[in-house]
Amino acid sequence: MTPALSPQLTMPPLQCYLLLAAFLFSIGLAGVLVRRNAILVLIGVELMLNAANLNFIAFWRFGPHPEAMTGVLFVLFAIAVAAAEAAVGLALIIALHRHYQTVRLDRADTLRG
Amino acid sequence: MTLPFLIFLTLTALVLGGALAAMMLRDLIHSALALAVSLLGLAAVYLTLQAQFAGFAQVLVYVGAVAIVIVFAILLTRGSDPAGQPVFARGWPWGAAAAVAVFGVLAAGILRSPLAGTEPPAGVEAHAAEVGKHLMAEAVLPLEVTGLILTVALIGAAVIALREKVES
Amino acid sequence: MAAPDHLVASSASALAGLWLIPVFPLVAAAMAALLPRRRGKTSAGLAIAAMALSLALSVAAFCGVVGRSGTGEVVRQTLNFHWCQVGDHWLDLGFVLDPLTAVMLVMVCFVALLVFVYSTAYMAHDDNAGRFFCFLSLFAAAMLGVLIANSLLLFFVCWELVGLTSYLLIGFWYHKPSAAAAAKKAFITTRVGDMAFFIGIVWLFSRAGTLLFYADGHGCLEPGVLLPSTAIGLLIFGGAAGKSGQLPLHVWLPDAMEGPTPVSALIHAATMVAAGVFLIARVYPLMTPHALVVVTWVGVLTALFAASVAVAQTDLKRILAWSTVSQLGFMMLGLGTGGVAVGIFHLLTHAFFKALLFLGAGSVIHGCHEEQDIRRLGGLRRWMPVTFATYGAGMLALCGFPVITAGFWSKDEILHAAHGWEVSHWPFFLGLAAAFLTAFYMTRQMAYVFFGESRLKTKKGGEHGHHGAGSSQPHESPKAMLVPLGLLASLAVFAGFAGTPAWPWISSFLEGRPTLFHLAPLFEGQALRLMGLSAAVALGGISIGWWVYGRGRKLGSGQRDPMDSARPDVYLLLSRQYYVDEIYEWSVVAFHAWWSRLCNRLDIWLWELVVQAVAWGVVGLAWVNRVFDEYVVNGGFDQGCAALREGGGWLGLWQNGQVQRYLRLLAFGMAALTLWLLWGCGAS
Repeated sequence: MTPALSPQLTMPPLQCYLLLAAFLFSIGLAGVLVRRNAILVLIGVELMLNAANLNFIAFWRFGPHPEAMTGVLFVLFAIAVAAAEAAVGLALIIALHRHYQTVRLDRADTLRG
Repeated sequence: MTLPFLIFLTLTALVLGGALAAMMLRDLIHSALALAVSLLGLAAVYLTLQAQFAGFAQVLVYVGAVAIVIVFAILLTRGSDPAGQPVFARGWPWGAAAAVAVFGVLAAGILRSPLAGTEPPAGVEAHAAEVGKHLMAEAVLPLEVTGLILTVALIGAAVIALREKVES
Repeated sequence: MAAPDHLVASSASALAGLWLIPVFPLVAAAMAALLPRRRGKTSAGLAIAAMALSLALSVAAFCGVVGRSGTGEVVRQTLNFHWCQVGDHWLDLGFVLDPLTAVMLVMVCFVALLVFVYSTAYMAHDDNAGRFFCFLSLFAAAMLGVLIANSLLLFFVCWELVGLTSYLLIGFWYHKPSAAAAAKKAFITTRVGDMAFFIGIVWLFSRAGTLLFYADGHGCLEPGVLLPSTAIGLLIFGGAAGKSGQLPLHVWLPDAMEGPTPVSALIHAATMVAAGVFLIARVYPLMTPHALVVVTWVGVLTALFAASVAVAQTDLKRILAWSTVSQLGFMMLGLGTGGVAVGIFHLLTHAFFKALLFLGAGSVIHGCHEEQDIRRLGGLRRWMPVTFATYGAGMLALCGFPVITAGFWSKDEILHAAHGWEVSHWPFFLGLAAAFLTAFYMTRQMAYVFFGESRLKTKKGGEHGHHGAGSSQPHESPKAMLVPLGLLASLAVFAGFAGTPAWPWISSFLEGRPTLFHLAPLFEGQALRLMGLSAAVALGGISIGWWVYGRGRKLGSGQRDPMDSARPDVYLLLSRQYYVDEIYEWSVVAFHAWWSRLCNRLDIWLWELVVQAVAWGVVGLAWVNRVFDEYVVNGGFDQGCAALREGGGWLGLWQNGQVQRYLRLLAFGMAALTLWLLWGCGAS
């Protein structure tokens, strides 16, 4: 067991983690909004999800009742679902590639007015 | 500058650097690998936050499965677009602006919140046994449902990616 | 002036049956109208039965009135009732039974009944006999209504009905253009008079507030209610002049001879034309002395005018028609100078002998196969003795043959009154001249028709069914025609004795005094001298007429009339009736035609233009509407739709299928929302 050190001495405050999560989220968002390739958009989405997970863990750690494990459980499920979603998303990209011979996102624009 | 803070900063650099690299590199494989690095860093952050199980799960699933699947997908869809294409999509400043705006708002919200100066409380270590107990006790339903989701996603992905039968 | 009138309060029992007198013939007319065409005999039977009933009732009423008379006051019974409400005013109608009414009722019913009986034989072989009797009954009903009316309104209604039936009967053979034209002429000419009458009625109503004659002291003829007015009197006389054929509205009477002879006998001799005289007699209290002067002068001029024209006529019935006009003038003269009794006495006697003359003429026409021109008749006393005898009686009565004829006494009364007129003596002398001419032309007619050689042309093939082929000899008429002739002839002789100066029953009866037989009035004043003068005039006329036309003068069929040979210009003027018809044609009718042309032009140019302008206006409005619809509504609509389309298109641009654009928008939106949440609400 890792010895529990005094939190005042050791831990960065909550905002740091939150800021980190925010920054990570923004980077992921930027990638989603800016990159041309669909797979990279997916990577961006994964980053955003991870930022959210970090948020959960941070709040679990700094919040009341950490013994309930709520944040960890949540993150667990989030990871699982994110994995499933990544799999499905990539399958979609492969199907897209098969039809349009491209993985450029701006080529998939048939749903328009 | 205490040690944990330094560790935190390092890990931050790792995470953010990996993320930036993933988003800005031209080569897709490089992006995927950068993503993996970022995710690893994030797992380390979880560990520092005493969420051991979450960290390991992160490594196992995200780095070990998701990143690899992404690499597979990259490899499978390689060569379709001609090289030399611009990296960023049309109208990318708008996207960047949007991201900056979002970050700004979030940061502002974080920095102005009253949580600012709370003492970090004594935490609990999230070992596998503890997590397992809670999973089986309170969260058994989400557990099962998640299993179902995974099954469905597996089947769905397989169906979507299946090559259609060619009429012979 | 007459003794004050005594008005008996309306007693239901006495007057209850009065209104039935016109109703019987009315019902007969209605039933005859519903019968099919062939049932002529049934119509005749209905008419005669109704008339007989009315006669019985009239006689009963007359006897009642006679029983009540002689008290020194005129006994009147009235039955008034409300008819319709106009605002808060009631229009009243009513019936009156007084001596005047009673004596007229008996005369009209009697003559009508005789004419009906006569008509059964006269119209025996006419297919439309049913219609004839229907109209005759209707006429009788209307005429009787005129007689018993106590309200000027009811009077006028029945007056107009009388005119209508006259029109229907004159134009009975409507397929003859001359008959149709004569009917129209009669109606229109009397209409002119009726307009004046109507204006008079309205004026009277506005002055008196009531149209009832006698109504417990409030009637318009009762003393104190209305001041006699010359204007109203003259207007009412206008109506009488139209109906009674006075100058200048006389032009329709001679042409009315186009109708069947019984019609001429009943309507244009005895009754309808007498209605005008009756009207003046009825409203006598309203006639001022000035109005009576006008009446007298119009009457005497008419008498002279018509008598002079009758001298030169060649149609059997036309001579009698002009004679009627002349005698009506005499009646007006009598009314104007002598009062109600004088005029009405002559009306009564004239009814009898003029009806007799017309029926006799009908008998002649019937017996001579519808020949009416006296130049083609002659010597008929051999073949038609009864007709000759009765016709002679009538002719003598008309001429005023002394003592034994009714006409003598009644005409003498008139001349007596004219002689005593204070205003002028001219009517007396003119009346004498007219009487002379009357005797002259009647003798001429008798000579032409009944004496001398027969000028009848033989007609090939019998026209009458009951003759057999080839026979054209004139024959005597059937009994149905001869019996009325006989009855009327006896009246023509004996009726005059009701008005002699020795026993002035008529005037006493009408004025309510008791009648006594005195020989004294015969000898006082100028009475005997005037009787001698009128006798001399009559006899003189007859003898001169006989000398010109009678024995010794051969009136061959191709020869000219002796008068014509003597003074052809005068004869021409007279035979053309002083060209009055031509003058009317040239003035009134031409004006009317010009007026109608003007109105036509006005219609085409003015009203048509107005209508056209309205039409253009409407079309213009429609055009504006269309333009509005096309450009504003449609255009606006189209523009709206285009704008919608463009808007949709523009909005559609936002949906370009680019996921990243959507996501960018999402991100911005989220940022904005969060910003608002952080700073907008709640302390951050």
